Amino acid sequence: MSELLSPDILMSILIAAMGVATVILLAALGELVTERAGIWNMGVEGTMLTGCLIAYFTMVATGSPVIAALAAMAAGLAAGLLIGFMTVALRVDHFVTGLGFNLLASGLTLFWFRSYVGGSKPPSYSTIGKTPIPVLSDIPVIGPILFDQHLLTYAAILSVPFIGYFLRRTTLGLETRAAGENPQFLEAKGLSVSTRQYGALLFGSALTALGGAFLMLAFADQFRPDISGGRGWLAIVAVIAGNWRPVRTMIAVMVFAVLDSVAVHAQGLGVDIPYQFFLMLPYAASILLLVMIGSRSGQPAKLGVPFLKH
Amino acid sequence: MRLPTIEARSLCKSFGPVRANHNISFSVNAGELLCLFGENGAGKSTLSACLTGLFPPDAGEILFKGEPLRMASAADAIRKGIGLVHQHFVLVPDFTVLENIVIGSEKGFNVQYVEAEKKLRRICDNYGIGIDPNAWVRDLSVGERQWAELLKALYFDADVLILDEPTATLDVENSKKLFRIIDKLKSDGVALILITHFLDEVMQSDRVAVLRQGELVGIRKTAETTPEELTRMMVGRDLEPIIRERTPVGPDRLVLENVTVIGVGQVPDLDNVSLTVRQGEIFGIAGVAGNGQNPLMEVIAGVRTLAKGRISLDGKDIGGLNARVIKDIGLGHIPDDRFVEGLVSEMSIEENLILGDQRGQFASKLFLDFPKMQRNAVQMIREFQISAPSGETKAGDLSGGNAQRVILAREMRLASKVLLANQPTRGLDVGVIEYIHSRLLEKRADGVAVLIASSELEDLLNLCDRIGVLFQGRLMGIVETEKTNLEEIGLLMAGKVKEDAA
Ligand SMILES: Nc1ncnc2c1ncn2[C@@H]1O[C@H](COP(=O)(O)OP(=O)(O)OP(=O)(O)O)[C@@H](O)[C@H]1O
Ligand SMILES: [Mg+2]
Repeated sequence: MSELLSPDILMSILIAAMGVATVILLAALGELVTERAGIWNMGVEGTMLTGCLIAYFTMVATGSPVIAALAAMAAGLAAGLLIGFMTVALRVDHFVTGLGFNLLASGLTLFWFRSYVGGSKPPSYSTIGKTPIPVLSDIPVIGPILFDQHLLTYAAILSVPFIGYFLRRTTLGLETRAAGENPQFLEAKGLSVSTRQYGALLFGSALTALGGAFLMLAFADQFRPDISGGRGWLAIVAVIAGNWRPVRTMIAVMVFAVLDSVAVHAQGLGVDIPYQFFLMLPYAASILLLVMIGSRSGQPAKLGVPFLKH
Repeated sequence: MRLPTIEARSLCKSFGPVRANHNISFSVNAGELLCLFGENGAGKSTLSACLTGLFPPDAGEILFKGEPLRMASAADAIRKGIGLVHQHFVLVPDFTVLENIVIGSEKGFNVQYVEAEKKLRRICDNYGIGIDPNAWVRDLSVGERQWAELLKALYFDADVLILDEPTATLDVENSKKLFRIIDKLKSDGVALILITHFLDEVMQSDRVAVLRQGELVGIRKTAETTPEELTRMMVGRDLEPIIRERTPVGPDRLVLENVTVIGVGQVPDLDNVSLTVRQGEIFGIAGVAGNGQNPLMEVIAGVRTLAKGRISLDGKDIGGLNARVIKDIGLGHIPDDRFVEGLVSEMSIEENLILGDQRGQFASKLFLDFPKMQRNAVQMIREFQISAPSGETKAGDLSGGNAQRVILAREMRLASKVLLANQPTRGLDVGVIEYIHSRLLEKRADGVAVLIASSELEDLLNLCDRIGVLFQGRLMGIVETEKTNLEEIGLLMAGKVKEDAA
């Protein structure tokens, strides 16, 4: 146990946590926008997994992480479109849609991956490198944690204020929020609710799939069928624990990411506590967070309620 | 001496900086009707919420039959026999009337539907309320929902019954019926508190408590006071009557020809309605609520689909255009259900005041122009006397009448050519109704075609140049305000066809 507390290991835990946080944060921000538009998208885990697989295929085929990330986002758009078709157009229950989508995604990705590799060893590639920021990355302690990371990590953190700004200060953001709070009002003003909900879903799903691509390209050199490992669910919990506010959601994400990173390190170090205990930590924390925070004042009034135009 | 059924002693309740109730003491006896009278935002709804356990008061106490009352929740109050009919409906639309009533009241594991229904039917018969316990709430009209709310309170044999602006959504007939029920409840020994902005209803009470800015100004025996005195107590000054000048009417502005809108069942919501509103004219729509006022406004605004007929504005066909396009031409629309189609409760006053126009003058490119929104809010709050701590206050935290003012402010600004106003002054206090009327007359003077639907016939007669009467989606006739009277309109409203077509 005490091994985990040595300064070197602590640094290593925090540095790795920023990477994990990027994955969950991208998905959580996407989900936040989607939920603010009134769609309770439960298909985050499946979308992330899809993003992983497509990024893997593309990376193997092209060797370009940029193309891989773009391909994953395209797959995310397709997932968003499908979920949107179910929830917005057909007005199927949001939970049922999401759970169904997750089952579909885990089945299909497994099938596709298996038939792709056949019996042979799956091809691998080298993971993408970090981009340290000159000068800043030399600051002791903070430098390696915050400024010696992947480009996408910086981007994910910077997008937190951007999403906040978008929701509060732009016309489209205002309309997106109105879709979640009072769609009937929007419709009475001649503004289509479904366009805005589709838009939010497409945006959110693309971001989630990008998170999946990052997970794939930065942490693994080949695909595993369970690679997303519940991080999509953590993203959903982070949005709730963050009371549907971007900054608070990011804080919740950080808690999960640190615990996730602790688990990985514990496993590597072979501490005397069964590592399954550590694996459980993020989920235990998520439940604890939900219980402790309690306030759901930020929840959109019509979240998860299929909207019927009259 | 007999103890009062309910008594408040120095009740205080604040929301942040807003003192909604301050040091309020009064009591109501069994069989007595006390009226709470006061401006929008004076604290009437807050007071009733405190009395029914919805909000814990900050200070002071409540005595129920002489005993200090401790309520953990609203359910507690109901069980003790204190019922409240809310200003804004709190019914679950996807439940039946019966389900809405028994929810939270059943003690055992199984819901005793059969007995509950029996009891409910007995109450309906007893008080003459014609509503089907098994009807879905979503299918009920606004007026019928009011009865469902009342039934919810009656079902628990309340000793105290608080009614928060029940008549705002009822037409004249139903309001009379409500007062018959109130009389019966009085004779059954119930202590009643009624909140209303209508002076004629206030005058039917036993005593009146006047609130102003959270404080109790005074309590009067109704028999010993006058509407004038009450109004003066309420606003703290005399009201100046507005001058209604005739303005010259211009050419036809808004023309409806044989407009038909499909309804849910067999009967159309609007059946072959033709009318013309001229430039600088106020056209009134009279009729019992639910006879086609909503569809009429909505089809003009482009919210409902036009099944047959033609709608034109300044000679240009606008039938079937998208609501946003029509709005951009210069149409303002005040919908009748303020929290459904009028406002987004979770958003601030600033945001609500520009919703619908967020891509127009309040945007610079893709971004909202916040300074401009703030200035607009400051101006509107002043003009329409919206009582709120600031423009950042959430619309959902406003009192009913103040929320209505936010909608009025927004839509009146948008209406440069046509203003559709469905029950525009519902829930407003007497002081501001006069102001709204003068603003409507200003709109008319500016050449705007104004179409007003109201259940207040007196208001329509005061304000309108011509009045059309709707009955079951059909226009029964159009009368000139100067040549008509209440009886004629009343007959048309009941579905009697006008014989001498004027
Ligand atoms: N939940 C709340 N949060 C913050 N402020 C509130 C809340 N509820 C009421 N207020 C404020 O308290 C004051 C009194 O409101 P209240 O609803 O009691 O007025 P009212 O007399 O019922 O008015 P109306 O005639 O318009 O219904 C108002 O200024 C209102 O903005
Ligand atoms: Mg009120």
